[in-house]
Amino acid sequence: MEDTLPQRLPAQIAVKRKPSVLREIAQHKYLYLLGLPGMLCFIIFKYLPLPGIMIAFQDYSVYKGILQSEWVGLQHFITLFKDPDFFMLFRNTITISLLHILMFPAPIVLALLLNELKNATVKRWIQTFVYVPHFVSWVIVISLTYIFLSKETGILNNLIHTWGGERIELLFNGKAFYPLVILQEQWKNIGWGSIIYLAAIAGVDPALYESAKMDGAGRLRQIWSVTLPSIIPTVIIMFILALGHTLDTNFEQIYLMQNPINSEYSEVFETYVYKQGIREGEFSYTAAVGIFKSTIGLILVLGSNYLVRRRGHEGIY
Amino acid sequence: MKAFISAGSHRGMERVYQGILTLLLLLLSFTMIVPFIYVLAISFSDSSNYISGGFMLFPKDFSWEAYDYVLSGQGFLNAFKASLFITCIGVPLSIGISSMMAYMLAKKTLPGRKWILNLVIFTMLFSPGLIPNYLLIDKLNLIDSWWSLILPGLVGAWTLLVMKSFFQELPSEIEESAKIDGCNDLTIFFRIILPLSKAMLAAFTLFAAVAYWNTFFSAIMYITTPEKWPLQVFLQQIVVQANVNEFTDSGVDMTRNQQINPEIVKMTAVMVVTAPILALYPFLQKYFAKGVLIGSVKG
Repeated sequence: MEDTLPQRLPAQIAVKRKPSVLREIAQHKYLYLLGLPGMLCFIIFKYLPLPGIMIAFQDYSVYKGILQSEWVGLQHFITLFKDPDFFMLFRNTITISLLHILMFPAPIVLALLLNELKNATVKRWIQTFVYVPHFVSWVIVISLTYIFLSKETGILNNLIHTWGGERIELLFNGKAFYPLVILQEQWKNIGWGSIIYLAAIAGVDPALYESAKMDGAGRLRQIWSVTLPSIIPTVIIMFILALGHTLDTNFEQIYLMQNPINSEYSEVFETYVYKQGIREGEFSYTAAVGIFKSTIGLILVLGSNYLVRRRGHEGIY
Repeated sequence: MKAFISAGSHRGMERVYQGILTLLLLLLSFTMIVPFIYVLAISFSDSSNYISGGFMLFPKDFSWEAYDYVLSGQGFLNAFKASLFITCIGVPLSIGISSMMAYMLAKKTLPGRKWILNLVIFTMLFSPGLIPNYLLIDKLNLIDSWWSLILPGLVGAWTLLVMKSFFQELPSEIEESAKIDGCNDLTIFFRIILPLSKAMLAAFTLFAAVAYWNTFFSAIMYITTPEKWPLQVFLQQIVVQANVNEFTDSGVDMTRNQQINPEIVKMTAVMVVTAPILALYPFLQKYFAKGVLIGSVKG
């Protein structure tokens, strides 16, 4: 009630002349109050773990804690780089990431196809269906994979068997691991990924298509010369975001698809940190692995963002 | 005349083009839902009919026995209770806290806003990793508590940035006139802004509900007592680890157990865990695309 306009104006002028932090806070106290629970969550769950990074440079002991444990410098990082497992982890992580990046255009292609569809009802139904898998859990996706592909009971092998063929092993097979993981990812997320591009396409000025048609451009030519250049900014932002998550192989998916037979191809930084760190209790060493991963990720985002800005496009920050 | 003919054949070409396109996209959308229909059909089929069964989209000899078996097991009840708890507590808390903070961040003149915003964005760029997070949960004495699955996921940078963009798009005149009428920031937010944001809130409610319902990784990390595991872990035990009995067994006599084909039990478990999401989806679907797009990707 005391915040009515005539009373507040002189107060603001006074603040400008003599800035006082307390008075500023008092003036916006309700706004800060609204943000307080959220800020507390950020401090506790995103910032409080940060000092935990220090244990990567220590011989961390659960009993002594972060403050009392012995410092060992870069020893864990040196052990990591000398570890023969490191090469395997790095190779697997990079392979999966590169395959994901290779599939980056898939949702763009889907969006372009959907956009060509004239019948609005059909289009809406198709969209409804292709978004569904995004909302089911990875456990469901992997369960379905098991149900469909299992050697003894899976529908695929049952069909092969009825047609007189040999049953094929896809789940306990190192060679099939990457194709399966990529297919699962596409099945789950291609529809969802197309939403953002569909929105970008919807925002293109229709006059551009009109003038392209006047110049004699066909369907493909219109996509190539009007649609694609118009959605490039969106594509670039999505690409930077994708690069930032390059090393974030999806833990749940990889972990659930993993078995002793394919582990040579499927062990990645995240599954390794979980197994060695939390299950085996090697906190310091695996914290070092985690930092290595996060740092490379940070460099990739900042680096790609910088390159994009230098080329004259708008980056994400 | 010439122009007329070419326009006619052009229309024919267009029909063929649309036909092929529709067929292709329908095929794609079928691959998305056929797995669910197949699993649903088998879960309702009688065991005796499913031996090494062919492909089916309708149940043969409709039967509830597999659902009876899965739903009556103590394992399912425990897991369902856990998932219900983390979802019902987590979603309202998450939406409430996130929207309140996003509204604060949307106020461009707020002193210190830039600072807070940068601290939020930093969490998108660098994460301390699994181990420090685990040690924190341990320090907070949350290991083996359902709160360890709820609290860390309450607010996220992406949600905040999208919600903030949404609030910024709202016409500021409404707030100004409310201010003149004597509202403070709290009453403006709860009485004016929130009712105006229903579509956006509905979208984020769906996302939060899905995230909490699908909790798996944090559960296997933080929950050490099997009786407290949520549904996704229950499902993983049944399908991926093939421990059909471990979870559903208790209280059901063995003679009945052996009659049910374990494959049917697996498919039933898949349906039971997915059903709530699939049931919620059509109601919120009209909101989510709009909700996501309002903020676009840019912070």
